[in-house]
Amino acid sequence: MTERTLRGKVAIAGIGETVYYKHGQSPDAEFKLALQAILAACRDAGIDPRDVDGFASYGDDRSDGPRLAAALGIRELRFSNMHWGGGGGGVAAAVANAGAAVQSGMANCVIAFRSLAQGQFARYGRSRTGAAAMGDDAFLAPYGLMSPAQRFAMKITRFMTGNGIRHEALRAIAMASYHHAQNNPNAVMRGRPLTEEKYDSARWIIEPFHRLFDCCQENDGAGAVLVVPAERAKDLPQKPVYLLGAAQGGHHRSAAPVHNAPDYASAHFKTVARNMWAMAKLGPKDCDVVQAYENFTGGVLLSLVEHGFIDPKTANEQLVLENLLAPGGKMPMNTSGGNLAECYMHGLEMVNEAVRQLRGTAINQVAGANVVAVLGGPMVTPVSSLVVGTEAAL
Amino acid sequence: MNRALPDGLPVPAQDGLAKPYWDGTRQGKLVIQKCRDCGKYQWGPEWICHRCHSFDLAWEEVAPRGRIWSWQRPHHPVHPALNGHTPYTIVLVELPDADNVRMVGNLLCTPDTPVTIGAAVEAIFEPHDEAEPPYTLVQWRVREE
Repeated sequence: MTERTLRGKVAIAGIGETVYYKHGQSPDAEFKLALQAILAACRDAGIDPRDVDGFASYGDDRSDGPRLAAALGIRELRFSNMHWGGGGGGVAAAVANAGAAVQSGMANCVIAFRSLAQGQFARYGRSRTGAAAMGDDAFLAPYGLMSPAQRFAMKITRFMTGNGIRHEALRAIAMASYHHAQNNPNAVMRGRPLTEEKYDSARWIIEPFHRLFDCCQENDGAGAVLVVPAERAKDLPQKPVYLLGAAQGGHHRSAAPVHNAPDYASAHFKTVARNMWAMAKLGPKDCDVVQAYENFTGGVLLSLVEHGFIDPKTANEQLVLENLLAPGGKMPMNTSGGNLAECYMHGLEMVNEAVRQLRGTAINQVAGANVVAVLGGPMVTPVSSLVVGTEAAL
Repeated sequence: MNRALPDGLPVPAQDGLAKPYWDGTRQGKLVIQKCRDCGKYQWGPEWICHRCHSFDLAWEEVAPRGRIWSWQRPHHPVHPALNGHTPYTIVLVELPDADNVRMVGNLLCTPDTPVTIGAAVEAIFEPHDEAEPPYTLVQWRVREE
């Protein structure tokens, strides 16, 4: 029987991104940002944008596939796909869905992308006012529980308290992103380095583990990758970056209402990480670089633990700044600045950075990187993650 | 009685699936879903029992007490009504008398009170009689054991 897998079957042939802006600062509309990123990815891949035949996105992206296809004069739309769930839980899933479409023969050349202009539309960190709270929110909003940070905070409280993990571990995660952003010309937080003192003295967002720099930015911009069959990628200008493993979903009842997931203090990756590593036939020790989506630093901790990068028993010793820095750290992480300090493009910027690391063109390059994991937005549901590699990793 | 949070926050919709819960709180009772077939409690409300797939779900009063499963103390005002009224304390409370379902509410305490996971708490019903329609929230207070 033929093995059912995406391992080595599809590749990322092009990446694109816009200038990244603080929220509300983009001079361009959200849809125009999406178009710019998609055209950049096609240019990078050496492919005529009219030959794109599919679009995959996530997080309720407003730039829908059919409109993109019409605006770009796509000859034939064969795949138009939106992954359920808000925020960046679906970033790796969107790339994998594009890959699945290509591998199955449903499409040939699919863009996975994310576009966001929060000046044009609403912000995430502020609740809407007025209407009565419906559904799950009826049991949360009247108690002042409304924002993403608040939805996740009690998972982090329970995990860190139960495992004796100190806030300094989260500080190292934040400082690694800010450190890497200082070299990145497109990082929103370039020129704004983060010191231990600045982190420690920042205002509380939520006690006991969310100070200001534990929380992601909100930004405007767009990012896109172009996914094609592996064989085709070999004939294109860029060094192919192969999808080795990908998975999405969540463990048993991770979306149970009103904070009733049985395994609560989790990023929801326990089954997803297992499935991703199984497809990749690799494990955390095989990765040269990790891109771990930071909505909040506590979520990164949970995500790293559930993917096997960090042992909760030694997290305080493992999560120190020097271990997380490119090029020489034991586990270089968020090497372009991540959501915290490059841009909160819901993780799409991390997929682009994974590709640059594997091409050898990253600003904070890890020498000889052959395998990079991208861990999507943690603590939402469904979540997703992927692992990509060079030809040497096949 | 002093309320946990200022006026002006979203009010709960009290219709549809969850109506028996909100009707219960108006009478000072904690009433949640219990499956008539397998006899287990579940929360929040759903159309089906997640264990046995029965649609025959009853509503039953449970003891208004539990243990703190986790907590948070927000400082950043996420809603205009909270400006000048932070920090405040949110708890996730596990109900051992109801198959360990969990509920979210505010812990009635000063903003510098230490919070302990596992601490015993009891429900305090907080009526909002002036609202249209009126509703009652369920808050929590540490219980002396």
